[in-house]
Amino acid sequence: MAAHLKKRVYEEFTKVVQQQHEDLSTKKLRLTKPSKSAALHVDLCKATSPADALQYLLQFARKPVEVESVEGVVRILLEHYYKENDASVRLKIASLLGLLSKTAGFSPDCIMDDAINTLQNEKSHQVLAQLLDTLLVIGTKLPENPSVRMRLVEVACKHLTDSSHGVRNKCLQLIGCLGPVEKGVAKEAESQAAKDVQKIIGDHFNDQDPRVRTAAIKAMLQLHERGLKLHQAIYSQACKLLADDYEQVRSAAVQLIWVLSQLYPESIVPIPSSNEEIRLVDDAFGKICHMVSDGSWVVRVQAAKLLGSMQQVSSHFLEQTLDKKLMSDLRRKRTAHERAKELYSSGEFSSGRKWGDDAPKEEIDTGAVNLIESGACGAFVHGLEDEMYEVRIAAVEALCMLAQSSPSFAEKCLDFLVDMFNDEIEEVRLQSIHTMRKISNNITLREDQLDTVLAVLEDSSRDIREALHELLCCTNVSTKEGIHLALVELLKNLTKYPTDRESIWKCLKFLGSRHPTLVLPLVPELLSTHPFFDTPEPDMDDPAYIAVLVLIFNAAKSCPTMPALFSDHTFRHYAYLRDSLSHLVPPLRLPGRKLVSSAVSPSITSHEDPSQQFLHQSLERVYNFQHLDPQGIQELLEFTIRDLQRLGELQSELAGMADFTATYLQCQLLLIKALQEKLWNVAAPLYLKQNALASAAAKQILEETYKMEFMYSGVESRQVVIIHHMRLQAKALQLIVTARTTRGVEPLFGMCEKFLQEVDSFQRCFISELPHMQGSFVDKLLDLMPRLVTSKPSEVVKILQTTLRQSTFLHLPLPEQLHRATANIIEPTGESDNPLRFTSGLVVALDVDATLEHVQDPQGTVKVQVLYPDGQAQLIHPKPADFRNPGPGRHRLITQVYLSHTAWTEPCQIEVRLLLAYNSNKSKASTRIPKSTWSESLEALPPSENGIEGTIPFSKPVKVYIMPKPARR
Amino acid sequence: GAGQDVGRSCILVSIAGKNVMLDCGMHMGYNDDRRFPDFSYITQNGRLTDFLDCVIISHFHLDHCGALPYFSEMVGYDGPIYMTHPTKAICPILLEDYRKITVDKKGETNFFTSQMIKDCMKKVVAVHLHQTVQVDEELEIKAYYAGHVLGAAMFQIKVGCESVVYTGDYNMTPDRHLGAAWIDKCRPDLLISESTYATTIRDSKRCRERDFLKKVHETVERGGKVLIPVFALGRAQELCILLETFWERMNLKAPIYFSTGLTEKANHYYKLFITWTNQKIRKTFVQRNMFEFKHIKAFDRAFADNPGPMVVFATPGMLHAGQSLQIFRKWAGNEKNMVIMPGYCVQGTVGHKILSGQRKLEMEGRQILEVKMQVEYMSFSAHADAKGIMQLIRQAEPRNVLLVHGEAKKMEFLKQKIEQEFHVSCYMPANGETTTILTNPCIPVDISLGLLKREAAIGDAP
Repeated sequence: MAAHLKKRVYEEFTKVVQQQHEDLSTKKLRLTKPSKSAALHVDLCKATSPADALQYLLQFARKPVEVESVEGVVRILLEHYYKENDASVRLKIASLLGLLSKTAGFSPDCIMDDAINTLQNEKSHQVLAQLLDTLLVIGTKLPENPSVRMRLVEVACKHLTDSSHGVRNKCLQLIGCLGPVEKGVAKEAESQAAKDVQKIIGDHFNDQDPRVRTAAIKAMLQLHERGLKLHQAIYSQACKLLADDYEQVRSAAVQLIWVLSQLYPESIVPIPSSNEEIRLVDDAFGKICHMVSDGSWVVRVQAAKLLGSMQQVSSHFLEQTLDKKLMSDLRRKRTAHERAKELYSSGEFSSGRKWGDDAPKEEIDTGAVNLIESGACGAFVHGLEDEMYEVRIAAVEALCMLAQSSPSFAEKCLDFLVDMFNDEIEEVRLQSIHTMRKISNNITLREDQLDTVLAVLEDSSRDIREALHELLCCTNVSTKEGIHLALVELLKNLTKYPTDRESIWKCLKFLGSRHPTLVLPLVPELLSTHPFFDTPEPDMDDPAYIAVLVLIFNAAKSCPTMPALFSDHTFRHYAYLRDSLSHLVPPLRLPGRKLVSSAVSPSITSHEDPSQQFLHQSLERVYNFQHLDPQGIQELLEFTIRDLQRLGELQSELAGMADFTATYLQCQLLLIKALQEKLWNVAAPLYLKQNALASAAAKQILEETYKMEFMYSGVESRQVVIIHHMRLQAKALQLIVTARTTRGVEPLFGMCEKFLQEVDSFQRCFISELPHMQGSFVDKLLDLMPRLVTSKPSEVVKILQTTLRQSTFLHLPLPEQLHRATANIIEPTGESDNPLRFTSGLVVALDVDATLEHVQDPQGTVKVQVLYPDGQAQLIHPKPADFRNPGPGRHRLITQVYLSHTAWTEPCQIEVRLLLAYNSNKSKASTRIPKSTWSESLEALPPSENGIEGTIPFSKPVKVYIMPKPARR
Repeated sequence: GAGQDVGRSCILVSIAGKNVMLDCGMHMGYNDDRRFPDFSYITQNGRLTDFLDCVIISHFHLDHCGALPYFSEMVGYDGPIYMTHPTKAICPILLEDYRKITVDKKGETNFFTSQMIKDCMKKVVAVHLHQTVQVDEELEIKAYYAGHVLGAAMFQIKVGCESVVYTGDYNMTPDRHLGAAWIDKCRPDLLISESTYATTIRDSKRCRERDFLKKVHETVERGGKVLIPVFALGRAQELCILLETFWERMNLKAPIYFSTGLTEKANHYYKLFITWTNQKIRKTFVQRNMFEFKHIKAFDRAFADNPGPMVVFATPGMLHAGQSLQIFRKWAGNEKNMVIMPGYCVQGTVGHKILSGQRKLEMEGRQILEVKMQVEYMSFSAHADAKGIMQLIRQAEPRNVLLVHGEAKKMEFLKQKIEQEFHVSCYMPANGETTTILTNPCIPVDISLGLLKREAAIGDAP
């Protein structure tokens, strides 16, 4: 056999060499490939000691091998394998074989026989294990070949009796990955084999080596993942493994039990000590709960995580998890939670002043106390008090998932979640607040619980506070005192952290609209009105007062009796707030107040439609302007743009749409203006001013089109075409202007060619859209294309000029939803008079906090720009982790910007702003516009790097006062 | 000592011919000879060094190490004494303090001297967690983490294949500065466990912490002063951390003071032995060592009269003397102020009196002090409760359990429970009583490797 093989190997080898000679003349590239295996052969032959050979193999392994030469290399390796006496070299060869058979495109069935043969003669355990690993790779590469798999599994079964754990490990892994998983419908023999596989693996659950036990369980799980239905009989075996000495085994066993409990939730298992029987899922739940107090935290995390996904468990068991009987000196004691609840229901407030407050009450029957909990008892109590925060987080998550599916459980776990708000690790606190929010529709907070929740409002971490605000947005409060408490605490929060303003207002908005009846009795107190006396009018700019009003107005929306309690100035304030903070203050129907209500109510009832209509009407008007005289067109455009801009300001929902169209019309206006110049036909050099105007217009149009394309979310390909069309027109304009101002023809050649290329690529990219563009610039241009290509630049320019004039204005179809990307820098506020001092040459970190709206993929596009007074600009890429995503379409950037500069004599302001980077190559229509000299030369762009073509500023710049001091010597 | 009793822990274990003494404590309740264990019981007349192979101290509380200088210097013992590094560092401070109180204040003679403490400490060998120390060829010991206080450890003593685990005092629920006790499945022949809270199952720690913080916070917001009488070590650090992190989180500005002296030194050691603390502190100490308090400053006597809110930790914990009593007298008259007792108070102390609701106290010099300030009690105790004890037993899987360091009546209950749940025999000897436990010693057999392999191959074959 070996001799035969050798022969084959040499054949292979010589063949390779021959090929080498043939190819030598034609293709140099291929030369290196076959020589690699040859070189390996030579090297291995040369190698005198095992260490040398190993070295060669290592070097060889570092380089990739091409598909064609894999087989040859494999043969050579095998040959050396047979010759080699040293186990370590054989081991390396075996691992190389595995590596090589992973090569894409190589079909390893040809080497399988050899690999199996080598197995039979191998003595070293490590090499055996490695060979099995290689077989595993081969097996996974041949998923379509059941016979091969069967054979491999047989081989593995044979080696299961090996004395080394490594070999047994690999065998089990192999069986797990390759074992047949066909269902019973398949051939009789195969299903028999499938049973066997499970049995074989099951036998190894009791192996003496923990690693093998783990491997056995993992193999079982692997089988499950591949679709084999595991037998219920395994359950009892797995339960025994839960008490294993080794944590990997326990951890794997927990997983297996979980899998089984999901497979057979309803089957009945007996309780060992008694005659009772319970559902398997309940039993498994109890067992996994038990593992929450395991000695190893890895197992605890796993157990806690899995608990969350066991939703079929019966509520009786579920509620036990929160149960912990307290006792003191053998007498039953109530937990603090129970006491709080009792106090609440008896109408008292917790005094907490008595020493004997928690004095134990009734005697407990010593026999009834079960110290080792039988199953689920107190699993979460333990999990939430665990030493490792990983376990606590897992427990909170599990609580969340279970509570979402069971309202009664949600009610019960509330106390525990509230307790977690005071955890020492911020992540845990945050997680529990989020959890609470998720289950908030199922629960109503008691006053004492609310108290604890609200105490967290003073937390110095912004994330926590905002999470809490969001929680409050969707909680149910049971009493009016609760509302009052919440309001008071929120106002306290507002004075302590004024930056939370927006978030608090929003929170109060929801609080008000959820609890109108609870707010009603509080109104006189909140507005400090008095039945007889007029009270002074509060300051309208006070954020706290606004907060109160937001609460009241939102409550009044569904409580018609409330406005009767308002005093005059409240109505005035309402009108003001409705206008200035329209997203927070709802439209109200105010009876008996015609003055106010008439102004407001019509726009409430059906304001949606008229403005939409208005938008469309004005656009309609614009699109029909063809028959107007040039002057009229310009005026119409100007008016429409103004109208649209105003509309955008008034109606936040339509802002995106209005701005978008306004920008488009603006472009058109600029284009018309530039073309309308009466003096176009006069010799260029004399009218520099006109030229400057036209080129400025072209430049602005280009910028605006980029904005249109990249700053709005929801832009569809129809719009993109039109935007690109506009850009093309601008470029044509630019070309014309340049042609008129430059002397000589040479530079024009290049530019013309560029332009024509662009027209060409436009045509290619938007071929499907062209039929919609009758009479447009590009339509005409394409008709003239043959002429353009052949004519001289000066003619091209002329043609362009006329086409540009004659072309019609394209309608911009509006998409359904259009939102403009906006950013608002919350921090730094730019109001500070104290300069940020730092030593020059060192860096200072500036905290930047901004909200982004409707930005797609902020991680890739949003950049921070810092402008120094000397004109130096820095572009900073925030880390992906700095972006948080609090809601759909909203992002939050919290990052640090590092500033540094040489020493200044006095403090000066720098500007910080956010930029939106874009790259037209990656745009939605996947336009393949080559980076043109146009955009580079004409738009003063910062040096583009890694695919950023340009940037659009999309936030207001914020000024920061800084002062780099000279370093002390 | 410590048999069916709390205090004066001192247990003698004879295991496979080796004699090991576990802990060497004093009793707080006595002032005569009974305060120390009766060492003459061990050997009658012989030298202790010849009889004992080693002494192990589990942690630095005086009821576990208080009699050490007396034992090693006055009675005479020259063998090795094992304890963990933090215990070795803090133990002499406490011993010195204890000596000062008994000798200098009460004027006792025939007590150990400072020099003796120093000499005694020279005999100490410090061990690391999970480090196996070979005392001699056969005897080896290994320390496990026990929570309770800084440096508290459980010890496994092993001779051949027989082993004993002594828990010392331990805590199974983590607190703000220490983690939970942990032991692997070492299956000892005997587990000697403390049982202070044999009949108690405690409520979650979080409720207590929350209550504590809420009360302090409310008082401070009202402009009141909070007095927290504490013992210098252990709970004091936990409460400090608790308040420190709370202040940090809530951005509070009111000052927190810590009475000087012993505590400062102790805090220093807490800073040093950061590896012995809990996960949170261990993880964050790179940015900031939690024991380098930002808000907590050293207290000066003059500060007590400062206006405005403040929180003061003062020693001693039972308000029976010293700084805490002085401050208490100053502040007791104002109902805005509050005193929080974080621990147990012995009968007869001011602490006990105010806790039991007395509002008028008779101080020395016949003057009557009216207590208007609020009095709160809050138990922060770091012993394992019944559940914790059971959990530890489950973790270690011992073949026998022996209960010490607890009251007989309570032990009885726990004993019964242990026997019922684990089906292992459980003992609770009184002082001076000896319990003999039979073990099944395994006998190592030499076997040729070839034979073993062959046997294994045959045995494994299905």
